[in-house]
Amino acid sequence: MLCQECQEREASLHFTKIINGEKTEMHLCDVCAKDKGDYLPGGKSFSIHQLLSGLLDSGQKFSQSQEKKEQRPELTCGTCGMTYRKFAEIGRFGCADCYTHFDQKLDPIFRRIHGGNTRHAGKIPKRKGKDMHLYREIEELKQEMQKQIAEEEFEAAADLRDRIRELENSLKEKGGDAS
Amino acid sequence: MTLKSFIHEAISPWMKNEGPESDIVISSRVRLARNLEHVPYPIAASPDQLAEVVNQAGELIGDGSHDRFGRLSLVPMEELTSNEKRILVEKHLVSPNLTEEKENRAVILSEDESLSVMVNEEDHFRIQCLLSGFQLEQGMACANDMDDWMEEKLDFAFDERRGYLTSCPTNVGTGLRSSVMMHLPALVLTKQLNRILPAINQLGLVVRGIYGEGSEALGNLYQISNQTTLGGEEADIIKDLSSVVSQLIQHERDARDQLLEQSRLKLEDKIYRSYGILSYSRRMETKEAMERLSDVRLGIDLGIIEEVSGGILNELMVITQPGFLQQYAGRSLTPAERDERRASLIRERINLENTEEISDGGADA
Ligand SMILES: [Zn+2]
Ligand SMILES: [Zn+2]
Repeated sequence: MLCQECQEREASLHFTKIINGEKTEMHLCDVCAKDKGDYLPGGKSFSIHQLLSGLLDSGQKFSQSQEKKEQRPELTCGTCGMTYRKFAEIGRFGCADCYTHFDQKLDPIFRRIHGGNTRHAGKIPKRKGKDMHLYREIEELKQEMQKQIAEEEFEAAADLRDRIRELENSLKEKGGDAS
Repeated sequence: MTLKSFIHEAISPWMKNEGPESDIVISSRVRLARNLEHVPYPIAASPDQLAEVVNQAGELIGDGSHDRFGRLSLVPMEELTSNEKRILVEKHLVSPNLTEEKENRAVILSEDESLSVMVNEEDHFRIQCLLSGFQLEQGMACANDMDDWMEEKLDFAFDERRGYLTSCPTNVGTGLRSSVMMHLPALVLTKQLNRILPAINQLGLVVRGIYGEGSEALGNLYQISNQTTLGGEEADIIKDLSSVVSQLIQHERDARDQLLEQSRLKLEDKIYRSYGILSYSRRMETKEAMERLSDVRLGIDLGIIEEVSGGILNELMVITQPGFLQQYAGRSLTPAERDERRASLIRERINLENTEEISDGGADA
């Protein structure tokens, strides 16, 4: 079997990647495999990128056909100049602000890549994210409060409300900006 | 240089065959992707901006002393020869991508090489902790410490909703990729791995052979890693991967017992043939070397071969790569020359094993 990248050398590397249940078979020669950075502790895996860019492409085709008649200006990041089309092609953001500029399109993409998830629930940077710890706690308490209300546990809900107010006040005193 | 001192210099901690379950888990790796605020990612940054990132990395490590990691040094890629870069790749300290770009790429290395931080790879920083054996939690703690230490002085791009922002959407959130390299010869021999792999994929983990063919990877070495980085806590990502790895270890042990019970003679024959070929052949391609080394390593782990230490697979699979062969030879080699050198290096290494104890490979040489 020939390498699917160069179509020249015999493929020596065969593997199947499964992402969110989608199978992709890869057949590469040693040279192309190394070129593509598909090395062992692989910070990045080329096949993920290829698959991903396919995934983004199809999303774009869909939205393009929808928007065809309107001829809207292309989605572009004002900070780094990355267009959504380019992002879909290469599967990489150009800068942190791309996340804001392409936000409307990101939820479905993240859902597909990250098993249905769109929101971060992990580590918050200690120094920079000081207030974010508070915001997250408030967010969690609010959800808990809604649950208590739904279960008609009004006393418990009132306690939670007081705690939320306390936290919100302490945020205000600090100047209150999370970012 | 003698082979012994060459090995002492070449070896990174992850190759040492130490740590929990090191008869099956070769190494554990934890990687965190981090980027600076207000600086475009390397793919979109100007050379000046990239230089500034390297500059900040240099200022960060300062004189290099760090209470947890010992001395840290910043190695700019442009100061290395192409073979030196190749060796860093073969030791899994940097990615090939980092070495392909011409300017403004660097790596921060701890003295023992268990910690590395790639600068201006796909993201501004890729913190990596690579340990031997099954030590995912320790790797996570190590990467976290480095992350905290860096964050004291650097402003990382972080969003309350999306977490750590990365160049590739597959890394966003935690930026965490954790993986283990496992040696699973008995599961392959008993043809059980093919049944287990789909189940593992279902759990959101990725299994792949290391330079391998389909499910029968070269040297029976497999890498298992988490696929998703957004939506879970770091500790849970590590826990999920660990629990699957623990199960795989148990399955592999059971399969080894099964082989010993049901087909001991056949197994011994296979192992000794490979041992013989490694001990006497004059030319050896990577593929064959990896297969034979896997057999011998299994023989060592099962107590069939007693005179060779278990680290031989970890060590030789790295130092028989082209970069190392060329470094040992002191010049560049054609593929045919490499096959010859590879065979002779393996013979020499086994011989060394029979004459003296070098299993440790530590710095106390
Ligand atoms: Zn090719
Ligand atoms: Zn941008």
